[in-house]
Amino acid sequence: MEGMTIIVKKTTQLIAGMIFMYGIYVIAHGHLTPGGGFAGGVIIAGAFILITLAFGSDFFKLVKEEMGTTMVESIATIIVVLIGSAGFLLGTKIFFNNYLPKGIVGDLVSAGTLPLYNIFVGMEVAASIFIIFLSLIIFKEESLK
Amino acid sequence: MELTISIVIGFMILGAIYSIHAKDLLSAVITCGIVGYGCVICFLLLKAPDLAIVQIVVETINLIIMVAVVLDSSREESYSKLDSQGYISAITVFIIMVVLLYFFTVSTRSLDVLGKSTLRMAGPYIEGAAAKTGSANLVTGVVFDFRGYDTMGEAVVLVTAVLGVLTILRLKGKK
Repeated sequence: MEGMTIIVKKTTQLIAGMIFMYGIYVIAHGHLTPGGGFAGGVIIAGAFILITLAFGSDFFKLVKEEMGTTMVESIATIIVVLIGSAGFLLGTKIFFNNYLPKGIVGDLVSAGTLPLYNIFVGMEVAASIFIIFLSLIIFKEESLK
Repeated sequence: MELTISIVIGFMILGAIYSIHAKDLLSAVITCGIVGYGCVICFLLLKAPDLAIVQIVVETINLIIMVAVVLDSSREESYSKLDSQGYISAITVFIIMVVLLYFFTVSTRSLDVLGKSTLRMAGPYIEGAAAKTGSANLVTGVVFDFRGYDTMGEAVVLVTAVLGVLTILRLKGKK
């Protein structure tokens, strides 16, 4: 898959970083404003998809990138399960117990374990959506060789 | 508000019907986007911004992936005449649809009208959610604290879907 014209490439250079930062904002403020892990993860995946479409499939060295996204996805899912199980060990014998101190409602660092769930679910969703898009490109180019 | 939602849903039905009967597959995929973006407007009118954010982003990426698939394969839809096996399949699908529709109407008869009154479980969730979970966004509080199992299940479903995609699309084995 080849890249697009220089106009699209320059516009992507300007915009892709902002889309990525907006995704991180939606994830980090998931317990304060509308949004959360799922929405922010898909926005981050959108930034990567934009770069791949504009610069062509050679830009990311795709085969290596596929291994990296698979690792991120699996590790993030395992960490979500581990945080949930830690509530069983530390708290009152309940899975998904909110055992960290809750803080003041409305602060950025508050709500116990909820921001941690948001961050790791966001990583997992971003990796999943991006790997589905990559696999449509990679395996076709592999079969053409 | 009900009139506005009815008009939007009417547009969504028109788009769906056109996308079934379109000759060009690319225009069919783009028309299918009307359904998704109309759904976003319905979510905003029903005061659910969390769902609207997820829906608008997923719809955009879905449209990109479907356009990539259509451009890679053909833009013409291939037709084939029905043989006896095809008629049997069509009749079976029709019977299954009728049975599912009957049980759907039976099971939704006892529900309240959408948006008229809060459902029975919503009261205890809303009352002390901010104090119990420490989260200012009640949706995140319910999704990750009260309904933690559901969210973990959704994450695992996504992982399983990616495993299926990688297994089906990989034409050559790894060395």
